[in-house]
Amino acid sequence: MADDNIPIRRRNFLMGAGTAVAASVAPPVAAEAQTAPSAANAPTDAEPLLTLTPTEHAFFVAAADTLIPADDLSPSGSQCGVATFIDRQLAGAYGGGARLYRDGPFAKAKPELGYQLPLNPREFFRAGIAAANDWSRKTYGKDFDRLADADREAALKAMEAGKAEFSGFSSRMFFNALLELSMEGFFADPIYGGNRDMAAWKMVGYPGLPATYREDIKKYFGKKYDKPPRSIADFS
Amino acid sequence: MTITLKETDAVVIGVGWTGSILARELTKAGLHVVGLERGSKRMPGEDFTIPSVRDDLKYAVRQELFQDTQLETVSLRHSPAETALPIRRLGSFLPGTDLGGAGAHWNGMTWRWLPSDHKLRTHIIERYGKNAIPEDMTIEDLPVSYDELEPYYDKFEKLCGVSGKAGNLRGKIVDGGNVFEGPRQNEYPNPPLAKSMAGTIMDEASRRLGYHPFQAPSSNASEVYTNFEGQTLGACEYCGHCERFGCEANAKASPNVCILPALLADQKFELRTHAQVKELVYDKAARKVTAVRYVDTRSGEEYEQPAGIVILGAYVFNNVLLMLTAGIGEAYDYKTGKGAVGKNYCYQVSGNAVTVFFQDKEINPFMAAGAHGVLIDDFNGDNFDHGGLGFFGGAWIQAGPTNGRPIATRPVPPGTPRWGSDWKAATAKWYNHAFSIGASGCNYAHRENFLDLDPTYRDALGRPLIRMSYNFRDNDYKLANYVGGVLGRLAKAMNPTNMSTPSVKKGDYSVVPYQSTHNTGGTMTGADPKTSVVNRYLQSWDADNLFVMGASVFPQNASYNPTGVVGALAYWSANAITTQYLKSPGPLVHA
Repeated sequence: MADDNIPIRRRNFLMGAGTAVAASVAPPVAAEAQTAPSAANAPTDAEPLLTLTPTEHAFFVAAADTLIPADDLSPSGSQCGVATFIDRQLAGAYGGGARLYRDGPFAKAKPELGYQLPLNPREFFRAGIAAANDWSRKTYGKDFDRLADADREAALKAMEAGKAEFSGFSSRMFFNALLELSMEGFFADPIYGGNRDMAAWKMVGYPGLPATYREDIKKYFGKKYDKPPRSIADFS
Repeated sequence: MTITLKETDAVVIGVGWTGSILARELTKAGLHVVGLERGSKRMPGEDFTIPSVRDDLKYAVRQELFQDTQLETVSLRHSPAETALPIRRLGSFLPGTDLGGAGAHWNGMTWRWLPSDHKLRTHIIERYGKNAIPEDMTIEDLPVSYDELEPYYDKFEKLCGVSGKAGNLRGKIVDGGNVFEGPRQNEYPNPPLAKSMAGTIMDEASRRLGYHPFQAPSSNASEVYTNFEGQTLGACEYCGHCERFGCEANAKASPNVCILPALLADQKFELRTHAQVKELVYDKAARKVTAVRYVDTRSGEEYEQPAGIVILGAYVFNNVLLMLTAGIGEAYDYKTGKGAVGKNYCYQVSGNAVTVFFQDKEINPFMAAGAHGVLIDDFNGDNFDHGGLGFFGGAWIQAGPTNGRPIATRPVPPGTPRWGSDWKAATAKWYNHAFSIGASGCNYAHRENFLDLDPTYRDALGRPLIRMSYNFRDNDYKLANYVGGVLGRLAKAMNPTNMSTPSVKKGDYSVVPYQSTHNTGGTMTGADPKTSVVNRYLQSWDADNLFVMGASVFPQNASYNPTGVVGALAYWSANAITTQYLKSPGPLVHA
């Protein structure tokens, strides 16, 4: 179980360690000023990382919290474990290209022919985050995760519309993949690291398991199903 | 080096619905049968159990039960002028693998074709004149009439324990059933499933409009049921994890539940898993397939299995691939119209949908079965007059969720953003208050929609991929947009709080969103060896000991989910083999 109450200041730690990725962007003082408030207020993901670099993880945390902001309906995306989910997915079979036909030649194609890049999902997100941060630095002077909330929203909207210029593939394609993976993390069973405490299921009223409704389909016809959700772990 | 094995009476390629049925019928007739399944031995008691069977991410999203596209896929081009590219990730359709094939993870919609679907070309000419069919619409009759197939539809329905209500019982029209169906000799084996709130709303709205609603014919058993193989199905739990999942209640009919326990207990049947058939050994002079070569996918070793009878029961694409690579019959040439292998590839015209929102109604979409909707057939096939419409065919129209699994099912009203606070608020508000009305349309054959061998891309065994040349055509767009209008009328008649705009069909066929795993054609059945691949008994015109099963034999696709027709044709063919072919091996139809 993740310890949601310990905020980690991954960025601050990075600054202290003098890691090149972060240090190249902005003076440490400015970065500290940008990062500290949100890190203090919003405890993020405390799970150890399997594959993501600190920079990539910070990107996914910031993206998840913009796509799924904290409010009365649920905690934020990263508080629900979306970045942990993504780390585990990209470290596993899916990230490595399971069920993806990867023989060449590769060619540019109309969108109706589906995914046609040589990259597996791990490589795709590595390249995509690098491109997103390049674009963010050109546009805002900072990496995406260091932007203020309003700028993060504007940045994601630019990517969604394909207006952010990425090298390699379109920002729209990157955004769609990011949104899809984040929503999977928010709504999947909690065994995968996201949807902590079944927050997303509670938000919509999805009861999860065991899903045996032979009697209930009659009993609850036209009525709200009022039982609390249960997940795979509750039956394991 | 290929290891040659001892000859067997019959070999079955692919152990899904058709392979299981044929193997069962042939062993009953006394034959020794070897079943070659490329995947593993998957059985519900071990593989489909709570809690892991309810894993939405694993099964519905990461596609645990489907063909592994890393090893095998097909390529697509929208017209012969384009270069095809491989479908790198499954989306539009989801072929199965492992024991039971896609029969383990289908939804259970179990239909018969309309009598007019059986003789489509003749029917349209009779009703609309001999010039009515456009030249490039290469539709044909199924050379088996509805009346001939009726006992075999009945048998497959009894195997599966289909739940439903007859709409035409020996000619008597029955309200509450599908009044457009052909006459059936017997009522469905089980009563319809419990109706959902969405289905009830659909029922009322369509009656108000003068249509004829009925509940889906469903291979999700409404009651505990024991079939003629002595196999018992459980009663459906309405779990909302049907399509893409196995069934832990054994309520969804599958080869694994309905037939394989009996088959596997029979000494005359030998199942070989991890046995992927690579090629057919064809003796053109003798007009026989003498053996099949397969690879043990655990070791890479190659085996040759000689057999007296060969049943080709793989999915559509592998059926066509094995015929083309062996050179059995003449490959289709779209320029001349000659040859039949690969011809008349068809799909399904789907994707039409309207979402309706009711702020004061609790829908509980998560309490659902795979085939659980309320439908109308008023705009299907030729159930309505096509005079002046400019297209043929139609669609079944359905309302009723199959699931409320929230990774994919979380409808929001039109205009809602896809993320952020407003998206959250709308998702929370409407999740339990919305459902979709959808349609599944006919797809009639077109001269330039076909299958052949890709010149560039290969599968893991080094064989060419099947190349699909396919796009929606004028008939499909007109049909879909006409049906879209009906969906809009139905939605309005439901008097919802809000509704989406009926979708308009435009643009090229896309492999990305799921549409249906109803790929058909490529080894079509027909009355003439020049224009078809198999005769009316599904026997190859060019190798009398080869019988081809499955939807690859369809001349075109009706609007209905194909499994009911596939199962009936399998029993029909099995009957011809056991009562005619075994007595006198040779062509069952003389050209």
